[in-house]
Amino acid sequence: MARDDVKTGYKLIGTRPNRPDGLDKVTGRARYGADFSLPGMLWAAVVRSPHAHARIVKIDASKALALEGVKAVVTRADLPTGLTGEDLNLQDNTLAGDRALYDGHAVAAVAATSQLLAQDAARLIEVEYEVLPHVTDVDAAIAPDAPVIRPGVADYSVPEGMHGNVARYMEFGHGDVEAGFAAADVVREHTYRTEATHQGYIEPHAAVGQLGEDGRGEMWVCTQGHWYIRRMSAAVLGIEAANLRVTPSEIGGGFGGKTTIFMEPLTLALSKKAGGRPVKLVMSRSEVLRATGPTASASMDVKIGMKKDGTITAGQVYFRMQGGAFPGMSPIGEALPCAFACYDIPALKHEGIEIITNRPKAAAYRAPGSPMAAFAVESMIDELCRELNLDPIEVRLKNGAKNGSKSSYGPVYDVIGLQETLQAARAHPNYSIPLGPNQGRGVASGFWFNHGGETSVSLAIGEDGTATVSVGTPDIGGSRASIGLMVAEHLGIPYENVRVNVVETGALGVNEPTHGSRATFASGKAAIEAANQAIREMCRRAAAEWGIEPEAVEWRDGAAHPAGPNAGKHPPMTIGEIGAKMGSTGGPISGHHEVTAGGYGASFGTHVVDVEVDPETGRTTVLRYLVVQDAGTAIHPAYVEGQYQGGAAQGIGWALNEEYIYGPDGRLQNPVFLDYRIPVASDLPMIDTVIIEVPNPGHPYGVRGVGETGITPPLPAIASAIAGATGVRIRSLPCSPPKVLAAIKAAKG
Amino acid sequence: MRYHTPTTFQDAAAIAAASTGTLRFLAGGTDVLVQMRAGMVQPDDLIDLKHIPGVDRIEKTPEGGWRIGVAVPGIVLGAHKELVRDWPGVVEGMNLVGSTQVQGRATLAGNLCNGSPAADSVPGLFAAGAVVTVTGPKGSRDIPVEQVPVGPGRTSLAKGEVISAITLPPRAKNGGDAYLRFIPRTEMDIAVVGCAVNLRLDGDRVAEARVALGAVAPTVILSEACAQAIIGTTLDDAALAALAKAAKGAAKPISDKRGTKEFRIEVAGVLARRAARIAYDRAKGMKA
Repeated sequence: MARDDVKTGYKLIGTRPNRPDGLDKVTGRARYGADFSLPGMLWAAVVRSPHAHARIVKIDASKALALEGVKAVVTRADLPTGLTGEDLNLQDNTLAGDRALYDGHAVAAVAATSQLLAQDAARLIEVEYEVLPHVTDVDAAIAPDAPVIRPGVADYSVPEGMHGNVARYMEFGHGDVEAGFAAADVVREHTYRTEATHQGYIEPHAAVGQLGEDGRGEMWVCTQGHWYIRRMSAAVLGIEAANLRVTPSEIGGGFGGKTTIFMEPLTLALSKKAGGRPVKLVMSRSEVLRATGPTASASMDVKIGMKKDGTITAGQVYFRMQGGAFPGMSPIGEALPCAFACYDIPALKHEGIEIITNRPKAAAYRAPGSPMAAFAVESMIDELCRELNLDPIEVRLKNGAKNGSKSSYGPVYDVIGLQETLQAARAHPNYSIPLGPNQGRGVASGFWFNHGGETSVSLAIGEDGTATVSVGTPDIGGSRASIGLMVAEHLGIPYENVRVNVVETGALGVNEPTHGSRATFASGKAAIEAANQAIREMCRRAAAEWGIEPEAVEWRDGAAHPAGPNAGKHPPMTIGEIGAKMGSTGGPISGHHEVTAGGYGASFGTHVVDVEVDPETGRTTVLRYLVVQDAGTAIHPAYVEGQYQGGAAQGIGWALNEEYIYGPDGRLQNPVFLDYRIPVASDLPMIDTVIIEVPNPGHPYGVRGVGETGITPPLPAIASAIAGATGVRIRSLPCSPPKVLAAIKAAKG
Repeated sequence: MRYHTPTTFQDAAAIAAASTGTLRFLAGGTDVLVQMRAGMVQPDDLIDLKHIPGVDRIEKTPEGGWRIGVAVPGIVLGAHKELVRDWPGVVEGMNLVGSTQVQGRATLAGNLCNGSPAADSVPGLFAAGAVVTVTGPKGSRDIPVEQVPVGPGRTSLAKGEVISAITLPPRAKNGGDAYLRFIPRTEMDIAVVGCAVNLRLDGDRVAEARVALGAVAPTVILSEACAQAIIGTTLDDAALAALAKAAKGAAKPISDKRGTKEFRIEVAGVLARRAARIAYDRAKGMKA
């Protein structure tokens, strides 16, 4: 799609150079959270509740403290009191107060001179519990007989008469849904469920913290956002943010789960109690699964009306989501707006409630709420398409949102690329490959808002004409490479001459984490503005030397050039020449930009999947998988494709086998990767990708965030493909073999 | 913890007999070390068997069978062409355990002694009629493999006893075996149901058969009813249906996080049919 206002013909943008962190990562040199150590460092271990819900009667650490080499034990009594709101929730989750609220809830922590000693000491800490009634299922939690876990949890939004476990209520919509349903030829209504899944990042949470008696401290931590870690840790411990310096490590995956704190403040609390010695804490995989944020589980009622020609006349949803034992953590506020975001429908009604259960405090997970919403709505649209014998892409083209459509959640879309993804999916060879016996094809579209957020970036010109960029967004998906490409393009210098560093909290203004698919968009946008500032200064230096006005100098191809007829004839002054003498022409040259970045454009995608289901075992094999998604402009196409493939892989896992399984005792049954079944490499085909580029007018190079949309369509697309292969519709994820086989057998009668 | 490195099975047995605390034998270590790291077991005595001469060897017996040392890892079994030719089902079961890295360490004896009803190599050993040599303070004895496991995580071995070798019988002419397991993924998983079939043909008819099922009872089980369902048949559709029915009847599983009881019963029948078909084709000399 040609647009006058968007630049094309880039030299570097759209190329695929090596990522700057690549060699370190493949050789093992990259320093992740657990790789950091300091002299005199202690190791920590955490005592966790084995009960889903229990009053903590007594904690006796005397036997642990009697061990040679045990230096400190902390319990809730060591943390400050008087916190409120989310700060209190964070503190309650860091160390339980009077009650343990879920299996795995931290109750005490110990620091000792070795990791084994700390683990031995943790086993010696005696905790007396009084077990309380619990509930872990989202629907069971609002049954009349369900125990009220946290009396008074409801906020102002909850109507009177709702169950005591309801924390929040939301409602919005437009148009007359009853008239819409009356105008439809077919109206269907079903309930869909998704189980909680974990982000499954390979690197467990790890931190080294040091806090002296003077209240000044440091932390080295694996995180998506170290300013968040600083603010939250400072709040939990009652120290000032400025007195905590936080440095991020390389990060082995986050997917939203590392945008908050879980155990990080414990390293500081233990350090302070141990006389300021640094304390290291590395979670085991079981701790990660039991006690860090998975995403919500959901139970969702959907009603949609469709005409025989595929026109959708009205839609209505009621979502119930639980985000664990703390309010505010279920993504109900994102799931509802995402539900119909791909469509332009005259009448819509959205309602939803957040429910409290005895599960770990949920955290963000890649497009929080959108995959569940898509599973419900896109599954039902597929059901209607099959019932009315309509092509699922045609129906989406017919009803899909376009430029200028008023979105389902209110704002009007500016320039979006949903239609382009649908057209490309329809034209792709995968969409017309003939299917064999027991094979089926599923189609679904997906959406994510994307995000801008608080951003602060600095850029400095080196004496040799290279550029160093300091960003505050940890690089998870290749953002250093992408930001480097944009800055190099902008300055007109080689990619290799730009180094992008992720710097600590003392080096920049506050940055939000790498979340909301914002790093390449927002840090990139700020880096371009910082480069503009440096370019203006370099032009001034050249102008001063040439004795002309700065306005008579233009910057291109990495050099200042005299511009216009009156500027005189001067040979171009390169960035290297300007850098070499900047000390004597006015001092260091740098640029800085800080902004709460707006103008982020939504990213839409459409997926097509073919599966084969073994009718005798219910086992699903993914035969081929296509992701088509709008990237705005793909700065580094390889990493855009990587995001598309990664999102699809996680979505496939969620659709097929991943789930949190709780026993009747409220304990998590599968807190290891053997039984929490994320896909292994051989489970997946090579995932085909098509990058659509409908440039985002809100970014100088047209960038849209690409990280999250890709996890959204797989859930309904897989279930729809299974429906095509077997004739049975699974409305409750995961589509695990026992469930699919039982459905096949039930359908046979 | 005391770490021992005896050089004879007699010495290993003597150390084990004298141990008064928690005891573990260490061969590949792919169960024991993981359990130690997870805090599931903290042995007082850990007896490493890998210093005993011969434990890393696969030897042909005078009768034409195979004697497999207790420290022979899966990857070595898989690379042993003659063994794979004779007992493809046994080897493919072992080779399904864990990852490539785990295959470099994990052993048949360890998989057997870990006592899991879902152990992938054990149904194949049952179906093959493997014999286990047990060495104790009073000497060695040979027992059928199916007498070793007695429950989840438990074996019939007495205190002071250790497995010193596993012997596969000579492969009969026109024989073949196969092992299949069901997992929701493609690798790196644990059997929800497993089934091994070993048979010998007389012409087109099944003359002898042994069928073992995994993960459907507290131990791997050998099903005589399954064997009888196919002996004397040409493994036609009726025989396969009878085999499936017998396997479903023999399966006494529980529902757990890995699968439901109903699912396991159903899939036991499916796997029995499919494994029998592969074993039959192998016995016929067809590639499978």
